[in-house]
Amino acid sequence: MRGRAFACLWPWLLWPAAALAHQRGGEAAGLLSGLGHPLSGLDHVLAMIAVGLWGAQLGAPAIWLLPVTFPMVMALGGMLGLMGLRLPGIEVGVAASALVLGLAVLREARPRLWLAAAVVGFFAVFHGHAHGTELPPGANGVAYSAGFVVATGSLHAAGIAIGLVHRWPAGRVALRAAGACVALAGVAFLWRALA
Amino acid sequence: MTRVRLAAAAGAALLAPAVANAHLMNSGFGPFYDGLAHPFLAPDDLLPIVALGLLGGLAGPACGRRVLLALPLAWMVGMAAGAAVGLPAAPAWWSSALTAALGALVAADRRWPPAAVTALAALAGATHGLGNGRELSGVNGGLLAMAGIACALLTVTALVGGQAASLRAHWARVAARVAGSWIAGIGLLMLGWTFR
Repeated sequence: MRGRAFACLWPWLLWPAAALAHQRGGEAAGLLSGLGHPLSGLDHVLAMIAVGLWGAQLGAPAIWLLPVTFPMVMALGGMLGLMGLRLPGIEVGVAASALVLGLAVLREARPRLWLAAAVVGFFAVFHGHAHGTELPPGANGVAYSAGFVVATGSLHAAGIAIGLVHRWPAGRVALRAAGACVALAGVAFLWRALA
Repeated sequence: MTRVRLAAAAGAALLAPAVANAHLMNSGFGPFYDGLAHPFLAPDDLLPIVALGLLGGLAGPACGRRVLLALPLAWMVGMAAGAAVGLPAAPAWWSSALTAALGALVAADRRWPPAAVTALAALAGATHGLGNGRELSGVNGGLLAMAGIACALLTVTALVGGQAASLRAHWARVAARVAGSWIAGIGLLMLGWTFR
Protein backbone atom coordinates (compact mmCIF):
# COMPACT_ATOMS: atom_id res chain seq x y z
CA MET A 1 0.00 0.00 0.00
CA ARG A 2 2.85 2.33 0.91
CA GLY A 3 4.51 1.46 -2.35
CA ARG A 4 1.43 2.65 -4.24
CA ALA A 5 1.38 5.87 -2.24
CA PHE A 6 4.98 6.57 -3.18
CA ALA A 7 4.23 5.66 -6.79
CA CYS A 8 1.48 8.30 -6.77
CA LEU A 9 3.86 10.78 -5.15
CA TRP A 10 6.48 10.55 -7.87
CA PRO A 11 4.52 12.02 -10.77
CA TRP A 12 3.22 14.75 -8.44
CA LEU A 13 6.77 15.73 -7.49
CA LEU A 14 7.81 15.85 -11.13
CA TRP A 15 4.85 18.02 -12.05
CA PRO A 16 6.14 21.44 -13.13
CA ALA A 17 5.32 24.27 -10.76
CA ALA A 18 3.14 27.01 -12.08
CA ALA A 19 5.48 29.56 -13.55
CA LEU A 20 4.67 32.96 -12.16
CA ALA A 21 7.32 34.36 -14.43
CA HIS A 22 5.86 36.51 -17.06
CA GLN A 23 8.36 36.39 -19.83
CA ARG A 24 6.65 39.22 -21.49
CA GLY A 25 4.37 38.15 -24.26
CA GLY A 26 1.69 39.51 -26.53
CA GLU A 27 3.28 42.96 -26.85
CA ALA A 28 3.53 42.83 -30.63
CA ALA A 29 -0.01 41.47 -30.96
CA GLY A 30 -1.29 44.05 -28.48
CA LEU A 31 0.45 46.99 -30.12
CA LEU A 32 -0.59 46.03 -33.64
CA SER A 33 -4.14 45.35 -32.51
CA GLY A 34 -4.28 48.70 -30.70
CA LEU A 35 -2.88 50.54 -33.70
CA GLY A 36 -5.31 48.86 -36.07
CA HIS A 37 -8.43 49.02 -33.95
CA PRO A 38 -9.23 52.74 -34.31
CA LEU A 39 -8.79 52.42 -38.07
CA SER A 40 -11.24 49.53 -38.31
CA GLY A 41 -14.34 51.56 -37.43
CA LEU A 42 -15.42 54.33 -39.78
CA ASP A 43 -17.33 56.11 -37.01
CA HIS A 44 -14.16 56.45 -34.94
CA VAL A 45 -12.00 57.44 -37.91
CA LEU A 46 -14.38 60.19 -39.11
CA ALA A 47 -14.89 61.63 -35.63
CA MET A 48 -11.13 61.74 -34.95
CA ILE A 49 -10.38 63.41 -38.26
CA ALA A 50 -13.22 65.87 -37.68
CA VAL A 51 -11.61 66.87 -34.36
CA GLY A 52 -8.43 67.71 -36.27
CA LEU A 53 -10.34 69.58 -38.99
CA TRP A 54 -12.25 71.63 -36.43
CA GLY A 55 -9.06 72.41 -34.54
CA ALA A 56 -7.43 73.61 -37.77
CA GLN A 57 -10.43 75.84 -38.50
CA LEU A 58 -10.34 77.33 -35.00
CA GLY A 59 -6.59 77.93 -35.10
CA ALA A 60 -4.31 78.32 -32.07
CA PRO A 61 -4.67 77.37 -29.27
CA ALA A 62 -7.58 75.05 -30.17
CA ILE A 63 -5.54 73.41 -32.94
CA TRP A 64 -3.47 71.64 -30.30
CA LEU A 65 -5.74 71.88 -27.26
CA LEU A 66 -8.46 69.69 -28.79
CA PRO A 67 -6.07 66.86 -29.78
CA VAL A 68 -4.49 67.04 -26.31
CA THR A 69 -7.88 66.88 -24.61
CA PHE A 70 -9.34 64.05 -26.66
CA PRO A 71 -6.88 61.19 -25.94
CA MET A 72 -6.86 61.89 -22.21
CA VAL A 73 -10.63 62.00 -21.85
CA MET A 74 -11.02 59.08 -24.25
CA ALA A 75 -8.68 57.05 -22.05
CA LEU A 76 -10.76 58.05 -19.05
CA GLY A 77 -13.80 56.60 -20.83
CA GLY A 78 -11.82 53.45 -21.61
CA MET A 79 -10.78 53.19 -17.97
CA LEU A 80 -14.40 53.45 -16.84
CA GLY A 81 -15.27 50.66 -19.29
CA LEU A 82 -12.45 48.47 -18.04
CA MET A 83 -13.55 49.04 -14.45
CA GLY A 84 -16.97 47.72 -15.41
CA LEU A 85 -18.88 51.00 -15.19
CA ARG A 86 -21.62 50.95 -17.75
CA LEU A 87 -22.56 54.08 -19.67
CA PRO A 88 -25.92 54.33 -21.40
CA GLY A 89 -26.14 54.96 -25.15
CA ILE A 90 -22.52 54.33 -26.06
CA GLU A 91 -23.21 53.63 -29.75
CA VAL A 92 -25.56 56.61 -29.95
CA GLY A 93 -22.87 58.81 -28.40
CA VAL A 94 -20.25 57.64 -30.89
CA ALA A 95 -22.63 58.21 -33.83
CA ALA A 96 -23.70 61.61 -32.48
CA SER A 97 -20.05 62.64 -32.20
CA ALA A 98 -19.60 62.31 -35.97
CA LEU A 99 -22.80 64.30 -36.55
CA VAL A 100 -22.01 67.13 -34.10
CA LEU A 101 -18.32 67.44 -35.04
CA GLY A 102 -19.20 67.29 -38.74
CA LEU A 103 -21.76 70.07 -38.26
CA ALA A 104 -19.18 72.12 -36.34
CA VAL A 105 -16.78 71.85 -39.28
CA LEU A 106 -19.56 72.55 -41.80
CA ARG A 107 -20.68 75.70 -39.99
CA GLU A 108 -17.13 76.72 -39.00
CA ALA A 109 -18.52 77.00 -35.48
CA ARG A 110 -16.39 79.19 -33.21
CA PRO A 111 -17.53 78.61 -29.63
CA ARG A 112 -15.43 79.62 -26.64
CA LEU A 113 -12.34 77.49 -26.20
CA TRP A 114 -13.56 75.78 -23.03
CA LEU A 115 -16.85 74.90 -24.73
CA ALA A 116 -15.10 73.39 -27.77
CA ALA A 117 -12.87 71.35 -25.43
CA ALA A 118 -15.92 70.27 -23.42
CA VAL A 119 -17.78 69.12 -26.56
CA VAL A 120 -14.76 67.13 -27.75
CA GLY A 121 -14.16 65.72 -24.27
CA PHE A 122 -17.80 64.72 -23.86
CA PHE A 123 -17.77 62.60 -27.01
CA ALA A 124 -14.28 61.25 -26.25
CA VAL A 125 -15.71 59.37 -23.26
CA PHE A 126 -18.02 57.37 -25.55
CA HIS A 127 -15.23 56.55 -28.01
CA GLY A 128 -12.94 55.39 -25.20
CA HIS A 129 -15.64 53.32 -23.56
CA ALA A 130 -16.66 51.67 -26.84
CA HIS A 131 -13.26 50.95 -28.34
CA GLY A 132 -10.63 51.09 -25.61
CA THR A 133 -11.61 47.84 -23.97
CA GLU A 134 -11.69 45.46 -26.91
CA LEU A 135 -8.48 43.57 -26.21
CA PRO A 136 -8.00 40.41 -28.29
CA PRO A 137 -7.16 37.28 -26.27
CA GLY A 138 -3.44 36.83 -25.60
CA ALA A 139 -2.58 40.42 -26.41
CA ASN A 140 -0.82 42.68 -23.93
CA GLY A 141 -3.14 45.30 -22.43
CA VAL A 142 -0.53 48.01 -21.98
CA ALA A 143 0.78 47.64 -25.54
CA TYR A 144 -2.81 47.63 -26.84
CA SER A 145 -3.52 50.84 -24.94
CA ALA A 146 -0.37 52.46 -26.33
CA GLY A 147 -1.29 51.49 -29.88
CA PHE A 148 -4.86 52.66 -29.44
CA VAL A 149 -3.89 56.09 -28.08
CA VAL A 150 -1.12 56.60 -30.67
CA ALA A 151 -3.42 55.63 -33.58
CA THR A 152 -6.14 57.97 -32.33
CA GLY A 153 -3.63 60.80 -31.93
CA SER A 154 -2.31 60.14 -35.42
CA LEU A 155 -5.85 60.44 -36.81
CA HIS A 156 -6.10 63.86 -35.14
CA ALA A 157 -2.78 64.81 -36.73
CA ALA A 158 -4.08 63.67 -40.12
CA GLY A 159 -7.18 65.83 -39.60
CA ILE A 160 -5.03 68.84 -38.67
CA ALA A 161 -2.80 68.28 -41.71
CA ILE A 162 -5.85 68.16 -44.00
CA GLY A 163 -7.33 71.15 -42.18
CA LEU A 164 -4.32 73.32 -43.08
CA VAL A 165 -5.98 73.91 -46.47
CA HIS A 166 -8.17 76.29 -44.46
CA ARG A 167 -5.78 79.15 -45.27
CA TRP A 168 -6.91 79.16 -48.92
CA PRO A 169 -10.46 80.20 -49.93
CA ALA A 170 -11.02 77.06 -51.99
CA GLY A 171 -9.63 74.95 -49.17
CA ARG A 172 -12.06 76.58 -46.74
CA VAL A 173 -14.98 75.50 -48.94
CA ALA A 174 -13.51 72.01 -49.30
CA LEU A 175 -13.22 71.74 -45.51
CA ARG A 176 -16.83 72.70 -45.02
CA ALA A 177 -17.81 70.12 -47.64
CA ALA A 178 -15.78 67.52 -45.74
CA GLY A 179 -17.64 68.55 -42.59
CA ALA A 180 -20.94 67.99 -44.39
CA CYS A 181 -19.80 64.51 -45.45
CA VAL A 182 -18.84 63.64 -41.84
CA ALA A 183 -22.19 64.94 -40.58
CA LEU A 184 -24.07 62.86 -43.18
CA ALA A 185 -22.11 59.80 -42.16
CA GLY A 186 -23.01 60.65 -38.56
CA VAL A 187 -26.71 60.62 -39.49
CA ALA A 188 -26.23 57.15 -41.01
CA PHE A 189 -24.40 55.93 -37.89
CA LEU A 190 -27.11 57.40 -35.68
CA TRP A 191 -29.81 55.73 -37.75
CA ARG A 192 -28.04 52.39 -37.39
CA ALA A 193 -27.53 52.89 -33.66
CA LEU A 194 -31.16 53.75 -33.03
CA ALA A 195 -32.63 51.13 -35.39
CA MET B 1 13.28 -0.15 2.27
CA THR B 2 11.09 2.70 3.47
CA ARG B 3 14.16 4.89 3.94
CA VAL B 4 15.24 4.20 0.40
CA ARG B 5 11.81 5.18 -0.89
CA LEU B 6 11.82 8.32 1.21
CA ALA B 7 15.26 9.22 -0.08
CA ALA B 8 14.06 8.62 -3.64
CA ALA B 9 11.03 10.82 -3.05
CA ALA B 10 13.22 13.55 -1.59
CA GLY B 11 15.51 13.28 -4.61
CA ALA B 12 12.54 13.68 -6.90
CA ALA B 13 11.42 16.71 -4.92
CA LEU B 14 14.77 18.32 -5.65
CA LEU B 15 14.10 17.83 -9.33
CA ALA B 16 10.77 19.64 -9.14
CA PRO B 17 11.14 22.98 -10.93
CA ALA B 18 11.04 26.08 -8.76
CA VAL B 19 8.73 28.98 -9.42
CA ALA B 20 10.48 31.63 -11.46
CA ASN B 21 9.53 35.23 -10.84
CA ALA B 22 11.95 36.90 -13.23
CA HIS B 23 10.65 38.47 -16.35
CA LEU B 24 13.71 39.67 -18.19
CA MET B 25 13.84 38.87 -21.84
CA ASN B 26 16.76 36.75 -22.93
CA SER B 27 18.80 38.84 -25.32
CA GLY B 28 21.38 36.10 -25.72
CA PHE B 29 24.17 38.52 -24.77
CA GLY B 30 24.05 37.99 -21.01
CA PRO B 31 22.28 39.55 -18.02
CA PHE B 32 23.70 43.07 -18.46
CA TYR B 33 22.22 43.36 -21.94
CA ASP B 34 19.01 41.66 -20.79
CA GLY B 35 18.70 44.48 -18.26
CA LEU B 36 19.67 47.09 -20.82
CA ALA B 37 16.87 45.92 -23.13
CA HIS B 38 14.31 45.60 -20.34
CA PRO B 39 12.92 49.18 -20.24
CA PHE B 40 12.46 49.17 -24.01
CA LEU B 41 10.39 46.01 -23.83
CA ALA B 42 8.37 47.02 -20.78
CA PRO B 43 6.18 50.01 -21.66
CA ASP B 44 4.99 50.29 -18.06
CA ASP B 45 8.60 51.04 -17.05
CA LEU B 46 9.51 53.11 -20.11
CA LEU B 47 6.55 55.51 -20.06
CA PRO B 48 7.29 57.14 -16.67
CA ILE B 49 10.96 57.49 -17.67
CA VAL B 50 9.99 59.34 -20.86
CA ALA B 51 7.40 61.43 -19.01
CA LEU B 52 9.92 62.45 -16.34
CA GLY B 53 12.53 63.24 -18.99
CA LEU B 54 10.01 65.52 -20.73
CA LEU B 55 8.82 67.04 -17.46
CA GLY B 56 12.34 67.84 -16.30
CA GLY B 57 13.49 69.10 -19.68
CA LEU B 58 10.46 71.34 -20.22
CA ALA B 59 11.01 72.89 -16.77
CA GLY B 60 14.50 73.96 -17.83
CA PRO B 61 18.05 72.56 -17.91
CA ALA B 62 18.58 72.88 -14.15
CA CYS B 63 15.47 70.85 -13.40
CA GLY B 64 16.38 68.36 -16.14
CA ARG B 65 19.76 67.80 -14.47
CA ARG B 66 18.07 67.16 -11.12
CA VAL B 67 15.79 64.57 -12.71
CA LEU B 68 18.75 62.98 -14.46
CA LEU B 69 20.36 62.50 -11.07
CA ALA B 70 17.32 61.66 -8.96
CA LEU B 71 15.54 59.15 -11.20
CA PRO B 72 18.36 56.63 -11.80
CA LEU B 73 19.62 57.02 -8.23
CA ALA B 74 16.19 56.35 -6.70
CA TRP B 75 15.63 53.50 -9.16
CA MET B 76 18.93 51.87 -8.12
CA VAL B 77 18.16 52.33 -4.42
CA GLY B 78 14.72 50.79 -5.06
CA MET B 79 16.25 47.85 -6.91
CA ALA B 80 18.76 47.28 -4.10
CA ALA B 81 16.00 47.45 -1.48
CA GLY B 82 13.77 45.10 -3.47
CA ALA B 83 16.53 42.58 -4.08
CA ALA B 84 18.37 42.67 -0.74
CA VAL B 85 15.66 43.38 1.81
CA GLY B 86 12.76 41.98 -0.18
CA LEU B 87 10.55 45.03 0.29
CA PRO B 88 7.23 44.47 -1.46
CA ALA B 89 6.71 46.02 -4.89
CA ALA B 90 4.17 48.82 -5.24
CA PRO B 91 0.77 47.67 -6.54
CA ALA B 92 0.22 47.89 -10.30
CA TRP B 93 -2.49 50.52 -9.94
CA TRP B 94 -0.07 52.87 -8.21
CA SER B 95 2.46 52.66 -11.04
CA SER B 96 -0.30 53.21 -13.64
CA ALA B 97 -1.76 56.17 -11.74
CA LEU B 98 1.71 57.69 -11.41
CA THR B 99 2.27 57.31 -15.17
CA ALA B 100 -1.07 58.99 -15.90
CA ALA B 101 -0.29 61.83 -13.49
CA LEU B 102 3.19 62.40 -14.96
CA GLY B 103 1.74 62.47 -18.48
CA ALA B 104 -0.92 64.96 -17.41
CA LEU B 105 1.74 67.21 -15.85
CA VAL B 106 3.68 67.19 -19.14
CA ALA B 107 0.49 67.95 -21.08
CA ALA B 108 -0.25 70.90 -18.77
CA ASP B 109 3.26 72.35 -19.47
CA ARG B 110 3.39 74.59 -16.42
CA ARG B 111 6.60 75.72 -14.83
CA TRP B 112 6.52 73.16 -12.01
CA PRO B 113 8.85 73.77 -9.04
CA PRO B 114 12.11 71.83 -9.58
CA ALA B 115 11.90 70.40 -6.05
CA ALA B 116 8.46 68.91 -6.79
CA VAL B 117 9.63 67.44 -10.12
CA THR B 118 12.71 65.97 -8.42
CA ALA B 119 10.55 64.46 -5.68
CA LEU B 120 8.28 62.91 -8.32
CA ALA B 121 11.31 61.48 -10.11
CA ALA B 122 12.58 59.97 -6.86
CA LEU B 123 9.14 58.55 -6.08
CA ALA B 124 8.70 57.01 -9.53
CA GLY B 125 12.26 55.67 -9.52
CA ALA B 126 11.92 54.07 -6.10
CA THR B 127 8.51 52.56 -6.98
CA HIS B 128 9.63 50.97 -10.24
CA GLY B 129 13.06 50.05 -8.86
CA LEU B 130 11.46 48.10 -6.02
CA GLY B 131 9.48 46.03 -8.50
CA ASN B 132 12.52 45.36 -10.69
CA GLY B 133 14.72 44.50 -7.70
CA ARG B 134 12.21 42.08 -6.24
CA GLU B 135 11.78 40.31 -9.56
CA LEU B 136 15.53 40.03 -10.05
CA SER B 137 16.43 38.82 -6.57
CA GLY B 138 17.81 35.31 -6.75
CA VAL B 139 18.19 35.43 -10.51
CA ASN B 140 21.57 34.49 -11.92
CA GLY B 141 23.40 37.68 -12.87
CA GLY B 142 20.72 39.81 -11.24
CA LEU B 143 23.24 42.46 -10.23
CA LEU B 144 24.45 42.82 -13.81
CA ALA B 145 20.87 43.00 -15.04
CA MET B 146 20.18 45.80 -12.56
CA ALA B 147 23.25 47.65 -13.80
CA GLY B 148 21.92 47.26 -17.34
CA ILE B 149 18.52 48.65 -16.33
CA ALA B 150 20.20 51.62 -14.61
CA CYS B 151 22.31 52.37 -17.70
CA ALA B 152 19.26 52.19 -19.98
CA LEU B 153 17.15 54.54 -17.90
CA LEU B 154 20.05 56.98 -17.44
CA THR B 155 20.48 57.06 -21.22
CA VAL B 156 16.78 57.50 -21.96
CA THR B 157 16.37 60.23 -19.32
CA ALA B 158 19.43 62.08 -20.62
CA LEU B 159 18.33 61.88 -24.26
CA VAL B 160 14.68 62.80 -23.69
CA GLY B 161 15.42 65.45 -21.04
CA GLY B 162 18.19 67.03 -23.10
CA GLN B 163 16.00 67.16 -26.16
CA ALA B 164 13.08 68.63 -24.22
CA ALA B 165 15.29 71.24 -22.56
CA SER B 166 16.53 72.42 -25.95
CA LEU B 167 13.04 72.90 -27.42
CA ARG B 168 12.52 76.52 -28.41
CA ALA B 169 9.94 76.47 -31.21
CA HIS B 170 6.33 76.73 -30.05
CA TRP B 171 5.22 73.78 -32.17
CA ALA B 172 7.96 71.62 -30.63
CA ARG B 173 6.72 72.33 -27.11
CA VAL B 174 3.19 71.56 -28.30
CA ALA B 175 4.46 68.23 -29.67
CA ALA B 176 5.93 67.47 -26.23
CA ARG B 177 2.59 68.31 -24.62
CA VAL B 178 0.77 66.04 -27.06
CA ALA B 179 3.23 63.26 -26.16
CA GLY B 180 2.40 63.93 -22.51
CA SER B 181 -1.31 63.63 -23.20
CA TRP B 182 -0.71 60.31 -24.95
CA ILE B 183 1.29 59.05 -21.95
CA ALA B 184 -1.50 60.19 -19.64
CA GLY B 185 -4.04 58.38 -21.82
CA ILE B 186 -2.02 55.17 -21.83
CA GLY B 187 -1.56 55.46 -18.05
CA LEU B 188 -5.30 55.82 -17.53
CA LEU B 189 -6.00 52.76 -19.67
CA MET B 190 -3.28 50.85 -17.79
CA LEU B 191 -5.08 51.82 -14.61
CA GLY B 192 -8.29 50.43 -16.06
CA TRP B 193 -6.60 47.11 -16.94
CA THR B 194 -5.43 46.70 -13.34
CA PHE B 195 -9.02 46.91 -12.10
CA ARG B 196 -10.50 44.74 -14.80
